Amino acid sequence: MKKVLVILLLAVLGYYTAATFFDIGFGQPHFIKGLEPVKDIYLAQTVKTLKVSNAVTSIVVNFRGFDTLGEVTVLFLAVTVLGSVLYKKRHEVGERSVLFSASSIVTSGSKLLFPAIILLGAYVFIHGHLSPGGGFQGGVIIATGFLLMLLSYENYSVSHTALSVVESLAGITFAGVGLLGFLHGGTFLQNFLPTGVLNNLFSGGIIPIIYIAVGFKVGAELTGVIYTVLHEKGQSNG
Amino acid sequence: MDSTLFHYLDYAVYGTAILVMLIGFYGTMVKKSLLKIVISLSVIDSGLNLLIVTIGYYKGGTAPIFSPGFLKNFKDVSKMVDPIPQALVLTAIVIGFGVTAVALALVIRLYRHHGTLNIDEIKNLKW
Repeated sequence: MKKVLVILLLAVLGYYTAATFFDIGFGQPHFIKGLEPVKDIYLAQTVKTLKVSNAVTSIVVNFRGFDTLGEVTVLFLAVTVLGSVLYKKRHEVGERSVLFSASSIVTSGSKLLFPAIILLGAYVFIHGHLSPGGGFQGGVIIATGFLLMLLSYENYSVSHTALSVVESLAGITFAGVGLLGFLHGGTFLQNFLPTGVLNNLFSGGIIPIIYIAVGFKVGAELTGVIYTVLHEKGQSNG
Repeated sequence: MDSTLFHYLDYAVYGTAILVMLIGFYGTMVKKSLLKIVISLSVIDSGLNLLIVTIGYYKGGTAPIFSPGFLKNFKDVSKMVDPIPQALVLTAIVIGFGVTAVALALVIRLYRHHGTLNIDEIKNLKW
């Protein structure tokens, strides 16, 4: 009875959502005639003013940069909440929730792969303004490298102090670069560095600096999440 | 004939995204296990992200990246897909990660306290 009710409710919801989206149409440029679409303005500004080749990066870091600062704050809050909800006394820390040890293939393979994964992550966030990718994606790749190491070595540990230092420095860099814009242009996240030539590594003004800071911050935060959850001892009635 | 068939196939893209979203909603409302509810939450996220990215697609469009190859061969900005939904989805993915992480932490805490993941046994949280 309950399932039937739920399915009926979802059928109504799905019908109206689908009707709305089918009205928009798929694959057609949909904007009001006579008005310039905001996409064209963003794309033109991306090439002319900012000299960034990846338009998604220019929107995330420049046009919606304040939004990204909020997003990074939400991620920081999520990590803090995770740490405080899973709070444990000091002498209980160190018990792994994974009870069996990894095979020798995984241990020797991960030693080989770990530097390559870190290098790929760094490449992805340094080239965030030139190619697909960016700070968030590169940070996640770096965190997967640490996940591999934590799964294969039982006594591999990450220093919480180092993680929070990296995370705080990256956050301060983002906010500080944004505040420096007040001195030069008058608005938050205003560009004050030379923009260079399109498609060069050193181009785009402050955008690569901010994305590198975001990469470090996301990498450190996600590594902290993995470490906290992996060392959570599975016990009931505790 | 062909054109009408492709016309309907176009709508199948929206249909798939909405279906994934509805499956997630069904899971959150019907399933009893807390872990399955968390998984359903992230299924809703995936469906919504797919839906938002799909709005920005233009027929025959390229990625919104001014690579040297694009600048040499096309030079036409109207050939690019809309980058704004992609940037919004980038934000949404990160928020979805935060939601999943906090939800899983709460589930671990509930399991420690009650010794079960079944939502009926914890307290009548379900309708």
